[in-house]
Amino acid sequence: MNFDFTDDQKMLKETAASFLHEHAPLAHCRAILESDESYSARLWKQIAELGWQATAIPEEYGAAGFGRLELAMLAEEVGRALAPIPFVSSVYLATEALLLAGSDAQKKRWLPKLASGDAIGAFALAERPGQNGYTGVTAALDGGSLSGVKVPVVDGDIADFVVVAAVAGDGPTLALVELPSPGATVTRLESFDPSRSMARIEFSGVPAEPLGAVGQGRALAGRLLDRAAVLLAFEQVGAATRALEITKQYTLERFAFGRPIGSFQAVKHCLADRWCDIEIGRSNCYYGAWALEHDAPELGAAACLSRIGASEALDRMATDMIQLHGGVGFTWEFDCHLFYRRAKLLSTMLGTTASWKHKLVERVSAVEEAA
Amino acid sequence: MDFNDTPEEAAFRKEVRAWLEQNTEPKNPDEATDESSDSVTEDDVKVAKAWQKKKADAGWACMRWPKEFGGRGATSIQQVIWNQEEGKRKTPSDIFGITHGMCGPTVMTHGTDEQRKQWIPGMLTGENVWCQLFSEPAAGSDLAGLRMTAVRDGDDWVVNGQKIWTTGAQIADWGILVVRSDPNVPKHKGLTYFVINMHAPGVEVRPIHQINGGRAFNEVFFTDVRIPDAHRLDDVGNGWRVALTTLMNERASIGGGGGGAAMKDLIELAKRIEIDGRRAIDDSAVKERLADFMVRARGLRYTGLRSLTALSHGKTPGPEASMGKLVGAVLGQDMAEFGVELQGMAGGAYDPTSSEDGGAWQARFLGFPGLRIAGGTDEVLRNIIAERVLGLPPEIRVDKTVPFKDIPTGA
Repeated sequence: MNFDFTDDQKMLKETAASFLHEHAPLAHCRAILESDESYSARLWKQIAELGWQATAIPEEYGAAGFGRLELAMLAEEVGRALAPIPFVSSVYLATEALLLAGSDAQKKRWLPKLASGDAIGAFALAERPGQNGYTGVTAALDGGSLSGVKVPVVDGDIADFVVVAAVAGDGPTLALVELPSPGATVTRLESFDPSRSMARIEFSGVPAEPLGAVGQGRALAGRLLDRAAVLLAFEQVGAATRALEITKQYTLERFAFGRPIGSFQAVKHCLADRWCDIEIGRSNCYYGAWALEHDAPELGAAACLSRIGASEALDRMATDMIQLHGGVGFTWEFDCHLFYRRAKLLSTMLGTTASWKHKLVERVSAVEEAA
Repeated sequence: MDFNDTPEEAAFRKEVRAWLEQNTEPKNPDEATDESSDSVTEDDVKVAKAWQKKKADAGWACMRWPKEFGGRGATSIQQVIWNQEEGKRKTPSDIFGITHGMCGPTVMTHGTDEQRKQWIPGMLTGENVWCQLFSEPAAGSDLAGLRMTAVRDGDDWVVNGQKIWTTGAQIADWGILVVRSDPNVPKHKGLTYFVINMHAPGVEVRPIHQINGGRAFNEVFFTDVRIPDAHRLDDVGNGWRVALTTLMNERASIGGGGGGAAMKDLIELAKRIEIDGRRAIDDSAVKERLADFMVRARGLRYTGLRSLTALSHGKTPGPEASMGKLVGAVLGQDMAEFGVELQGMAGGAYDPTSSEDGGAWQARFLGFPGLRIAGGTDEVLRNIIAERVLGLPPEIRVDKTVPFKDIPTGA
């Protein structure tokens, strides 16, 4: 039995942790949140020098040629740090989309730039509230020209290209659009988590080329979301673990009724439950990482399990983080709201937890029926 | 990252399989396992003892025990491999879980050479069944608050009082017993630990009638029962330390409940049941509940694989192993309740002729409250996680330093 990361992979994680500890403390996330900056260009450049964006990109495109397990280790640390960078959009979504469906030319064009951090990519799926997948997409791809409105596009205001979920004459099709482009209007939106930016992008006859086979957009987007969900789940577990540590420390230092509040069972039991949630999430993430690394047929279900476990762990932990801090947890100056905001951004951006629950049961029961 | 055996593990598994295939029949996967574990019959005991003897003769009994005690000094992962393979075969019900999981390790750790020689071989060969006499009516989660007394009388001790929730007392030959030998010192310091002959005069076993109709547990009454001082384990007044050894082994041997097979059954049930003319499994609310169960069940399974990996690499599993019983028991109860709910207005029927899965969901619904209490309640387990894993402070105690006789009681 070898259901664990290797010592080398764990060492990579520790190195990443100490780097982020020094260069991306929570104060850095807060600084971006309180500024007009969309992201930390400084941090993005620093991690590019370390090769993080290149982790899963093959060597032929001038990159590291590691695998998804290494990327998962980095994701957990990026999550821990609440790093104010477009890692999800550019690395788990745009890079994975090109690796999954890109033509040779598209890969040659973008992967080296993605690897070096010189280009940022984003994924544009949503068009309206209530949407959780491809259903509801109306953006139209017609003979190399794209029209429609995508809102919100996470990191859309800083993207050099966008992978757009669209519909062509032959059915759902992913489109690749370079930004800026004539006819593309990018408007920055206020974000629930201002340490991460988002935009509304209107396409009016913008030059676009299909990414992957025409008519296969829905299937490709589904696979892309599965892959990104596993990696993002590691970020969520990382953030939840940090939130638990901070909250635990606070309950040890805050005294009430003559004793640390962490000695009251109402507090202890809450933290014990959150710890269980995190470990359940983490174990499901391990399974997701295994399925992703091996491109296993189980990936469809494994992605759902990782996504749901991790989203619930972080959503609940961030909520209880404020509650257990009491009044100060509701102040701007304490860091609780950074976690609370990030948690909800992450648990909605690839589709809500409920939507992944529906997917999980549909996929598991379909496999059993086929067997 | 993979799920494969190492070459050494694979070779060991092959050896185990070969022996099991020669000596047992494969298990029918559709055969229901009885989770209420009703009291076993005399015949069950005979068959189980014979199977244990057979394993002992072939060197498969208590594999992790040191060779000097008749084991084979096997690794934890080898024991796991044995359990996995034995689990696939049709074997007699296990009546030695407490004997081997708790009593054996305690006698080995705290017994004298003479005591080990007297008791360990009989455990290994299945000659003797043991039980654990710890909980009392007024001392469950607060075990150190127990009140059963032991008074020294010559070379003997005379014990009086009552134990409760004793699994297998009706078939046990020996028991491990912790009693109060000195009420004038603080609670943890006045306890002494004994081995007791369950056939001794003055021992009376009465089965407890559970809410699910089963009778797996007993009350045990002791009236002027004499125990030779030679049957005392460790020093007088050192009983709490010995009891902790037993409890640590209890946690190691109680695995995660819930999950696995029941999850598959629940999905099948949701496919059979119709809500408003369509399959229950196509209903959004049903999907969300099922997915929630699945995430917890799979999470426990993969947590188990993480622990196994640690064992396979010769390491100690991390603290994640300590959540299995807490999460598993709650999950099992939640799933059982949903299995009943899915049956709609028929949920209240509990009849093999009309209930889905022969009434298995109702049976689980009635059985799981017990699992959330046995071997550490949910609340005690949360305290353990909070204190030992997260490092939070213990409750402030009002009973720790005062003489036991002065501690307030509700009586």
